[in-house]
Parts: sequence; C-alpha cells; structure tokens
Amino acid sequence: MKFNHGMLERNSLLLTAGILVMVSIGGIIEIAPLFYLENTIEKVEGVRPYTPLELTGRNIYIREGCYTCHSQMVRPLRDEVERYGHYSLAAESMYDHPFQWGSKRTGPDLARVGGKYSDSWHVAHMIDPRAVVPESVMPPYAFLADVELEGGRIKADLAANQMLGVPYTDEMLEKAAADLFAQATPDGDDASAFSKRWPTALVRDFDGDPSRVTEMDAIIAYMQMLGTTVDFSTYEPGTADNLR
Amino acid sequence: MGCKLLARLDKDQDERSPDRVHSARTSTRLSGRCPWFRVIREEGIEPMSTNTMPGGPARQSRGHFDYWLTGLVLAVFLVGSLLAAQQTEDPLFAFHATVFFAGCVAGFVLLLRSYGSGARATEDGYFDGVVRAGAIASLFWGVAGLLVGVIIALQLAYPDLLYFPALPELNFGRLRPLHTSAVIFAFGGNVLIATSFYVVQRTCKARLAGGIAGWFVFWGYQLFIVLAATGYLAGITQSKEYAEPEWYVDLWLTIVWVVYLLVFLGTLWKRKEPHIYVANWFYLAFIVTIALLHVVNNLALPVDFLSVKSYPVFAGVQDALTQWWYGHNAVGFFLTAGFLAIMYYFVPKRAERPVYSYRLSIVHFWSLIFIYIWAGPHHLHYTALPQWAQTLGMTFSIMLWMPSWGGMINGLMTLSGAWDKLRTDPVLRMLVVSVAFYGMSTFEGPVMSVREVNALSHYTDWTIGHVHSGALGWVGFVSFGAIYCLVPWLWKRQRLYSLKLVEWHFWVSTIGIVFYITAMWVSGIMQGLMWRAYNAFGFLEYSFVETVEAMHPYYVIRALGGALYLAGALIMVWNIWRTIKGEVRSSEPLRSPAAAAVAAE
Repeated sequence: MKFNHGMLERNSLLLTAGILVMVSIGGIIEIAPLFYLENTIEKVEGVRPYTPLELTGRNIYIREGCYTCHSQMVRPLRDEVERYGHYSLAAESMYDHPFQWGSKRTGPDLARVGGKYSDSWHVAHMIDPRAVVPESVMPPYAFLADVELEGGRIKADLAANQMLGVPYTDEMLEKAAADLFAQATPDGDDASAFSKRWPTALVRDFDGDPSRVTEMDAIIAYMQMLGTTVDFSTYEPGTADNLR
Repeated sequence: MGCKLLARLDKDQDERSPDRVHSARTSTRLSGRCPWFRVIREEGIEPMSTNTMPGGPARQSRGHFDYWLTGLVLAVFLVGSLLAAQQTEDPLFAFHATVFFAGCVAGFVLLLRSYGSGARATEDGYFDGVVRAGAIASLFWGVAGLLVGVIIALQLAYPDLLYFPALPELNFGRLRPLHTSAVIFAFGGNVLIATSFYVVQRTCKARLAGGIAGWFVFWGYQLFIVLAATGYLAGITQSKEYAEPEWYVDLWLTIVWVVYLLVFLGTLWKRKEPHIYVANWFYLAFIVTIALLHVVNNLALPVDFLSVKSYPVFAGVQDALTQWWYGHNAVGFFLTAGFLAIMYYFVPKRAERPVYSYRLSIVHFWSLIFIYIWAGPHHLHYTALPQWAQTLGMTFSIMLWMPSWGGMINGLMTLSGAWDKLRTDPVLRMLVVSVAFYGMSTFEGPVMSVREVNALSHYTDWTIGHVHSGALGWVGFVSFGAIYCLVPWLWKRQRLYSLKLVEWHFWVSTIGIVFYITAMWVSGIMQGLMWRAYNAFGFLEYSFVETVEAMHPYYVIRALGGALYLAGALIMVWNIWRTIKGEVRSSEPLRSPAAAAVAAE
C-alpha cells in the first residue's frame, strides 16, 4: 500500500501515533544516555549530601525563588573562572533534587559563594541588601531571622532523598532532627556527634543569634557550603574519566 | 501548491455582495489536492448562525452520563480535600486543600444549576458557552499576568519602593513565577482551550464531544491556575521554570489535561468531514506533547502525601536536561504549535483566503514537531551537561529555523490577494504582525543557540528580550487577533464596538514591544560585554554590581514598554466589553472593513 498523507488526515489515532513517535525520538536520544553513560558525571572526591540544616536552607532558597535571579553554574570561560572560581562540575550537583543551575544572572552566580563572605555580611545583606550593596536590586529577606526552625519534618525530607538515591545513612536519618539544631549550636551537647557524622560541615551560629535556630541560620549554612565540597587538589580535568 | 488557485477563484465571486464569504460554496475542483480547504470555506462564519450546525442532526438524544461522571469525580475530590484539610499537619497543604474543597463545592453548584436549567436538553448546534467563558477568562488572566509583569519590572528598576520587608509574598522571586505562569498558562492556556474548542467544532462540523466535559476542562483548568498562583505567593514551588507547581497540582492538571485530550479527540471522531483540518493537527500535537512533557518533567516523590513538598526524581545534570527538554518544548508546543493552530484558522478566515500551501503545511508540521524536541540543550551551553548533548541541541536549534519560517511563510502568504486588507482591518493587521514577530524571534532563537553567541547572551537580559518578542509579539498578538474575531461571532454581534480602538491597541502595544525588546537587547549585550571586559592590566574591568547599576535606565524603559503593552490590553478589554454589551461606536459607520475597501476602489 502506498503511503499518502491523506491517511493521517483521515485517521485521528494514526495522526496521534505519528505525533507521539516524532516527538519521542529527540528526547530519548538526548536524555536517556545521560543515565547510563558513565562519563556523564566526573569522578571527584568530597561531594557529600546536604546536612539537615543545609537542606532546609536549600529548600528556603527554592521557596523564595532565588533561582529566578541567581545561577549556580560557573561556565568554563576565562572571565567566569576568574570572577567566581573553578567552573562547575556535574558531580557537584549530583545529589541536587532539583538542580539549581538557574538561567539568569540578575544577581551574581552563587555556585562558589561559600566562604567568600562572612556570616555577619550575609545576615546584614539578607536583612537589607542595599545597606551593604547600595546598587543592589535584591529583595529584603529580614523575615527569615524571625522564623524558628522546627525539627519535626526534616527526617521525612532526608528519607525522601534517600529513596531517590542520595547516600544518606540510616543513622543520619535517625539523628536528622538533632543535627538540624546541632549544626547551628556550636556550644551544644550534640555538636561533637554532629561533626563525627558530618566531618566536612561547618558548625557555627550562622545568624549571630545563639538563642535560637532560624531560617536565617539555614539559608546562610547553605550559602557557606556552596561550591566548597570538591577537593580540587585531587581533581584531574584531563583524565579520560573526566573528559565529556 | 494548487491551493493558491482558490485565491484566484475568489476574484470571480461578486465582491460587493455583503455575504459573499458566507455563502456555502463547494470548491470541488480543489478537493483532490487540498481536501481540507473546503472545510474552512464551508463551515459558515456568519455571526447569526453560529449556533446552528449546518447539516447536523437537530438534536442528539443520550443519557446524563457526563453529569453523573463529573458529579462522581467532584464528590471524590470533595471528600478527599476535606479529609486532607483535616488530617494534614502542613498549614500550606491545609490551605490548598481548602481551596480545592471550595473549588469542588463551586463545581457542584455549577453542575446542579446546569442540570436544573435544562441545559442538557439543548444538544443541538455548537457548544459555544465554554468558548465564550474561555474568551473572557483569557482577557482576565491576560491583564492580571501583564500587570504582575509590570510590577516585577518596576521592582528591578525601583527596588526601594516596591519591596516590603514584612511581605515576602511580594518579593521578586515569588512574583516572577506568578507572572510567567499567568501569561503562559493562564492567558495562553485559556486562549488555546477556547480557540481549540471553537475551531475543532467548526472544522469537524460536530458538536463538542463529552457533553459537560468541556466545562470540566474549563473550570478544572481555572482551579489549576488558582492553586498554582496562590501556591507561588505562599512559597509552594518546585523551582523548575514554567513547571513550578507542586506534585498535587501537577496531578490535578494531568486529570484535566487527559479529559481535554479526550474531548478533543472525541470531537474529531464525530467529524462530518473526511479530513482533519490542519489547525487540528497543531492543536493535537500541542495537547499530546504537553501531556508527555508535563508528566515526565514533574516526576517527583512527595515527602508525604499530606504535605506540599516533593523532591524531583532526577538530580543534577539529568534533572537539568529533563527540565530544559520540558522548558524549551513548553515554548515549542504550548507557545508555538498551539498558536500556529490559531494562525491556521483565524488568518485564512479573517483574510478570506485559503491557506497558502497545503504541501508546506505538511512539511513544516512534521519537521517542526520532530526538530523542536531536540532543541532543549541550547539552554545549557557551557554548563556541566556533556558537550555532545550541547552540540546536538545547537545543531537542531539551527535546523529549527527552517520549519519555523515555513510556518511563517505559510501564514504570511495566505494574505496573497488580500494584502490591501491590512490597510483597513486592524484585526487582520494584528494577526499578520504576530506572524512577522514569530518569524523574527524564530530567527533570533537559532542565532542565540549558537554556542559562541550563547556565551555572551546566556544569563543576560537578551534572553528576556528574545522571550518577550515571541511572547508579546507573536503569542500575545495572535491571541488578541483571534479574540477580536471570536467575540462578535460568539455573541452574535455584527462587528466589534470600535475598530478605532483596535487601531489604538495595535499601535500602543506595538510601541510597547519595541521599547521592551530594544531595551533588553541593549542591556543584555552590554551586561554580557561588561562581564567579560578586561582592563589594560589583565584584570576584570567591572565588578558584578557595576553591571547591575548600568542596567537601571534599561529597566526603566522596559517597565515603560510593558506598561504600554498592558495599556493596549486594557483598551481591548474595554472594546470587548462594549462589544459583548451589543454596542457599536456611534462615530464609526456600521460597515465591514472589507466593504469599505471595496467602496474606496
């Protein structure tokens, strides 16, 4: 039987099937290999899941729509590497559900903002951005300092991530609520146990208010760890594993 | 390309006869080569008879299955949302469950009123109530979305005036998704649902399938919009651009969308025309592909089933490509294929000319939907996405230029033999200029997808300007043109209240677009160049915040452009409102623009 287009125009299901086939091909060829090609994600040392406090901060970052103005993806271009630091690796966001690479830089890239500014600079900047950077167009986030964290739900958050493949241990889940507060309470009883579970995580009173643990603690804990986990002294971009 | 013939045939008709286009004519000479052109000529657009189905059965007799099924679905969701509101410990989830509950109650009231009023008894003619509601909802959400756009534009220009430390709901980060979703999904979505329901009935010569299901799609979609919008303000978002709503809103939209697909397909199955008209291919591709994109990109694991929060199944690089596969094809299938369907019905209808080329329609339809789906990776140039995927995305983005312009040529050349109408008919001018903007932004897109260009343009306002030349120029104008056509047909008015006001709308909005996109070109390219500028000592010339400071004048101009576009839309609302009321502006004589053109000759 000779094909002619009239057949598709006369049969709506044939037309639907044709559309489905045509729109499936590109997506399958481009996306599916990312799940099985082993060199999609570089082999690096140091990338770890977010601590309960950092994950809470990350969820605040998502809730407030920070991604609408800040990227987290340093491109391998000379000016970006000099301005922000080493270009971003796929490995650095491999535990990110969802990714936060962003698409617009109304404000600067934040992929490597960790450690660049002091905690108190961040607090002042969050409360009133133009008090610190007069030309800034960023909204104020003073209310974060007034919202105290509750530990009730954080275990379920870690558990969901664990189910999706983020390597949280069962111990981390059990101690999630305690760790949430311990990371922002350096003088507390749980601080040493926290540091044993999370050896590379910062333990500080991030928001400068030792009496309570707030959303401000969480967002700054997240800011201060961004882009700091990879050990670039052991990373060799030229090896076959890391060429993509 | 035999269908150009029809244009010549039209010359033979009596130009002066006021109903010359409305007379049912068969162009059997053409049926072999372009069978569906007959459809659009014959279905009868005369304003006075849109409610009677030519040649259709006077009345269909069937049960009330649609009412019972809708009632059952509503009852399940009513009980479910009530229980969820009671059981949950998450205040935000309780809030949305309450909104959902209220929506179900309102749905029940509407259902009972419709049942009681005997609406189900009048099964003859076309089902146009839902199209009328869609036209009004489109204008409402359009103005709301544009207004939020102007507000966030002003926030970036005057941050000290428009941020309130005690009101995080009004911060840019929460309003920006509100703006994008309101204009794309609330405005655009309502335009697409309304026009598709109108077009599929006319071109199939069949009443909309599924009875009350058409209303379920309309109101279910409005509930989706309300849930999404209130969610953004309250901070409920999964942060995937243009797919921000959380898991339970996504599930609800999936249900509504499947019903939409079934209503559309069901109407195609009832058609009395052997051939499916070209506009319906595009609507079908839009509905099917959006369903596919929506489901895959929103795969997520809820933290528990009584809280708003979920975590997307994919992470990092896989999540990024899945998101931009979705994101770019939201442009490709929502904002392009769907609105091309509008072009394929309303441009030939308004110009009273057949579509330029049947063969070009086929070629550009299949190549457009095949190539578009590959283009997503151009959003991820120079990122941690493997380079082979970036290169594939760039290659197909450049190829996409051709099918895009195929569509533009087919739309513009439909004006063959009717170019003079651009002088007298501002509605047709709006439709045609929208196609011109489509051509412009689908040229700009492939240019920006080239990796070296993207290195400069990415992360800057150039992208924002590009999106808006497509959104304001193409999607906005083609929608406005379609609504200007639809409203007199749907409300059985002889014509619009005022064509002068359409002129005003056209010019005010066009000037607004020009302000907007030129400001964004300048600020985007300037910021991109400032970021990479080095001084004589080999250091970066500018700090980041110096580039922010340099943006200020352009942000002011952009806000002005957006405000002008909004002003144009408000002029339209006034004009449509008066048209629906049945008024005709007294200073404008009651004659069709086509008749005026003939008189001038």
